[in-house]
Amino acid sequence: MNRRVAIAGVALSDVGSVPSATPYGLIAQAASRAVKDAGLTPRDIDGLGSTSTGTLPPIEVGEYLGLTPRWVDSTAVGGAAWEVMAAHATDAIARGHADVVLLTYGSTSRSDLKKKLRTANLNWGSRGPLQWEAPFGHTLISKYAMAARRHMHEYGTTIEQLAEIAVSARYNAKDNPEASYRDPITIDDVLSGPMIADPFTKLHCCIRSDGGAAIVLVAEDRVPDLPKKPVWVLGTGECTMHMSTSQWPDMTTGPAAIAGRLAFERAGLTPQDVDVAELYDAFTYMLLVTLEDLGFCKKGEGGPFVEGGRLRLGGELPVNTDGGGLSAVHPGQRGLFLLVEAVRQLRGEAGPRQVPDARIAVASGTGGWFCSNGTVLLGRD
Amino acid sequence: MADRADLPTIEDETREYWAAATDGRLLIARCNDCERVHHYPRVICPYCWSEDVVAVEASGRATLYTYSTVYVNDLPPFKDRLPYTAAVVDLEEGPRLMTTIVGADPVQLRIGMPLRAEPLEIAEGVTAFVFSPA
Repeated sequence: MNRRVAIAGVALSDVGSVPSATPYGLIAQAASRAVKDAGLTPRDIDGLGSTSTGTLPPIEVGEYLGLTPRWVDSTAVGGAAWEVMAAHATDAIARGHADVVLLTYGSTSRSDLKKKLRTANLNWGSRGPLQWEAPFGHTLISKYAMAARRHMHEYGTTIEQLAEIAVSARYNAKDNPEASYRDPITIDDVLSGPMIADPFTKLHCCIRSDGGAAIVLVAEDRVPDLPKKPVWVLGTGECTMHMSTSQWPDMTTGPAAIAGRLAFERAGLTPQDVDVAELYDAFTYMLLVTLEDLGFCKKGEGGPFVEGGRLRLGGELPVNTDGGGLSAVHPGQRGLFLLVEAVRQLRGEAGPRQVPDARIAVASGTGGWFCSNGTVLLGRD
Repeated sequence: MADRADLPTIEDETREYWAAATDGRLLIARCNDCERVHHYPRVICPYCWSEDVVAVEASGRATLYTYSTVYVNDLPPFKDRLPYTAAVVDLEEGPRLMTTIVGADPVQLRIGMPLRAEPLEIAEGVTAFVFSPA
């Protein structure tokens, strides 16, 4: 069996600041909305992918939803997990091991912080390989900042070019009612903000929001019955690299260089075919490197590439059309939100932020600090 | 102590390395089969998977691969040390280490500059290597 696979349903839960919600509540809300969007019922679901919630994911999420899935995944590779699980689900459906797979995620990281249920910086522990980094206080943001500095050193990338990525994200967010921050910002606003980890000021870093998302993948056999136009999975790729930044051989190249190439090869497409790109932007630098690694520009040319409004709605390559993790929504793992926005664009459902006649989209999720990547190419009929 | 985020969990497999640090010696791992060195130390060589891995002393000479001065960290004890400069350095022998830079104003730092290792006792009986300009 080798069936084509489509994304049939997508949804977000309530997003932004949702202090009364729990992760399970947001997961369930997104799942319910996505299954309705697909014109299906819970009884149609035979596969479930979810991670980061519960002790033995995705078991608790399945139980909460009242599901007894016969295909499961919980690949825990950080924010990339959702593109990676979409890849696995596609393979399982193609093979005939599942017909309808739900991927669902939710987090209340913003409200948890406000309620002091967690620290802003996470303590990852000090066992195993972590014993060699615990003494030195390398925060997550500093890991990205160090990588950005290396890129600036090797290729002359400027902090203003990186800031333009945040400015472009905010520009795109203005037309998204679900975005947390919609007022325009300038490069000076980015540069003059409080320093978090040199050279990154606050606006180089993603926002922290609450929120959930879900998608429903189905076999081609189901597509004729769907209420909405299918969005086909055209190709996928995945990769994990280092966890300790001492084991990262070249901080100017991330795992998308491997996973992205696989996805494009398997789809028989090139970056020139892409109409809209949803690329994980936990930090401005993450987006710049991912653009290079996916082949939208040559290695080292990401700085000039992002200038001149290219990434903005109406630009040559609209990227993160919802405002991205830098302005719209970032509850901890953004990967699934990338897929939701890509599908909305390909369906023509994005309203004032719609990219005209978008036919091919790429969603590329990066986990940790360039530790993992999953890339999915999507297209409509 | 328990709420300090900076203390390594020293294991039997790595005790030799941490013990040497308290004597001021920076050890790295060397494979007796393929003769390559690595750090952090593993029980097998990450290049050829040989189990014949031994500890050897490194020169302590390094160059600065990259760095970032950290202004925000709410974990103890780092929250009381802000700002401090996180760094990744390349040892002369090849392996790359996560560390911090001491003894330099951050504006004086340049990628590629020579550094030397300095043992720093971070708790009783626990020494980590930080680096300063050579």
